[in-house]
Amino acid sequence: MTRTMTIKQALNEALKEEFRRDETVIIMGCDVGVRGNPFGITLGLYDEFGPERVRDTPISEAAIVGACLGAAATGSRPIGEILFSDWITIGMDQLVNQIAKIRYMFGGKINVPLVIRAPVGAGGGQAAQHSQSFEAWFSHVPGLQVVMPITPYDVKGLLKTAIRSNDPVLFFEHKRGYEIRGEVPEEDYTIPFGEAVVRREGADVTIVAISIMVHKALAAAESLNQMGIKCEVIDPRTIYPFDYDTVLQSLDKTHRLIVTHESNRRSGIGAEIVSQVVERGFDLLDDHPVIVAGLDVPMPYNRQLEAMVIPSEEKIKNAVLKLMD
Amino acid sequence: MTKQADPKLLVDRYRLMWVIRLHEEALKVLFTQGKIGGTTHLYIGQEAIAAGVIAQLREDDYIVSTHRGHGHMLAKGGELRPMLAEILGKFTGYCKGKGGSMHIASLEVGNLGANGIVSGGLPISVGSGLSAKMRGTDQVTVVSFSDGATNEGNTHEAMNLAALWKLPVIFLFENNHYAVSTEVSRSMAGGMKNRAAAYHIPIQQVDGNDFEAVHFAAEEAIDYVRSGSGPYLLECETYRIEGHYYGDPMVYRSKEEVDAWRKKGPICRLEQALVERGILREAECREIEAEVRKEVEDAVAYAENSPEPPIESIFEDVFTEEGA
Repeated sequence: MTRTMTIKQALNEALKEEFRRDETVIIMGCDVGVRGNPFGITLGLYDEFGPERVRDTPISEAAIVGACLGAAATGSRPIGEILFSDWITIGMDQLVNQIAKIRYMFGGKINVPLVIRAPVGAGGGQAAQHSQSFEAWFSHVPGLQVVMPITPYDVKGLLKTAIRSNDPVLFFEHKRGYEIRGEVPEEDYTIPFGEAVVRREGADVTIVAISIMVHKALAAAESLNQMGIKCEVIDPRTIYPFDYDTVLQSLDKTHRLIVTHESNRRSGIGAEIVSQVVERGFDLLDDHPVIVAGLDVPMPYNRQLEAMVIPSEEKIKNAVLKLMD
Repeated sequence: MTKQADPKLLVDRYRLMWVIRLHEEALKVLFTQGKIGGTTHLYIGQEAIAAGVIAQLREDDYIVSTHRGHGHMLAKGGELRPMLAEILGKFTGYCKGKGGSMHIASLEVGNLGANGIVSGGLPISVGSGLSAKMRGTDQVTVVSFSDGATNEGNTHEAMNLAALWKLPVIFLFENNHYAVSTEVSRSMAGGMKNRAAAYHIPIQQVDGNDFEAVHFAAEEAIDYVRSGSGPYLLECETYRIEGHYYGDPMVYRSKEEVDAWRKKGPICRLEQALVERGILREAECREIEAEVRKEVEDAVAYAENSPEPPIESIFEDVFTEEGA
């Protein structure tokens, strides 16, 4: 049996089911308890599981992230929540110098099964410090897994995998994606990391789209279809590990690659994806790969300027047309 | 008469302090011989703190250590052989040669890790304190830090949360007077007493070179924390006899200053008390020293003869499942 629900509801359901399944799972963060998170992601958890396991914290990112680490190393399965992913910077030492490296530095002696959840993304007029997506930063750090799903089915299955994983996971939720609806089965399921999904099949151009860009790429593909151009849209779902096989298989058919992400272009994840594809499958390409990404400026507040910085359906479409020209 | 510790305990800890001291002395030789890579931070002069606080923890208690952490590990039950093997980067070391001097850890002895970031351990101690509390155990966590860490945000966030949640954490402030080259009076506003008061954390300040003073203060701190009353701050005033790292030219302080502290060193002070009280004769002290020296030499030989890590291990241990 499947039901239709929003990403927000799917996340909430995944949390509740994992809390019921494993009593070592705890969550901490600013607003996760009584308020149930500003987006409603943790609604009902506090009432069902109590203040010990659902812990409201001060605004204290280093302490939240570090406390997750210490608890994970000593038998808990913590989920830390950062209200906006931009503020992970305040807990950066704990994440990058501690969590990511501890298992390796200590010769595999200490495991850190933890998840840090944080909303990413722009488009709400929230300006430069509430709109960023740091997937490229964190996938650069060995020792972290980076997950960025954008359908209700995927967020639920991948959040469960993240909670059950014995290694640290950064779980990025797009703020503009919380109301996206989709089908979710009633029974328990998980989705393995490192498995991309082909969202739409096509033989002309491969579009690898990250997070919210999946939906923009699908819209662009639909409109291009009416012009006779067939786009294949791939949603990698996890940034690290990354499923290059699915991308290369697609290129074997299309021979043209576009990568699109919302975060700004310079040193973004698109650069890494393109470079990997070029090294692994140069001969598959008939043309140079193209990256459609955010502009290299801090996010402006003004709506009109913001809309220019964020890559649009239109920009993807134009990139495809140029490539097919 | 001031309170005196049990003679047997004193001899045991006196010996432990020699283990720490001679371990560090051996590192100086190995470093000079070019056998230790990178850098190494010596615990010389601070032995009474590890021996006074950490050595009286239970096996299932936790410590979160620092870059100057060899003494902590040895006091928590760490063994000389895998310690020295790790510092020489060998596969038989505590971390298979991947951590080195600054990153020694072992869950078996309850060491959640030394740390190359001076305040990096404090938030971690909040987590181990939280998990102990949630599991309903009475385990305590001792997190060590020095004056260099007191002015980083990690420290304040951790103290606030530990106090707010009444966690079983002892903040062990080993004030050794120097953050790299900067003397504490030039780095720290307010002092730890005021900071502890701000977070409503009880504090005791003791002479960190006086073993018995540290021991009894730690006993109180451990009892307080174990009973579930919340965190405790123990400030031990001591002195970093060596440079920040071994080989530091130390242009920032005078020889006279260092010599004055050397005379107040924790080992000679405890030795004096042991002899005065008739617990050990001077010759017995030298015997203990010689015995420990042998143990350290044995461990150095073990470490030197240990294998290098296999090349294949380079990709191991990043994740629990490779390719995850």
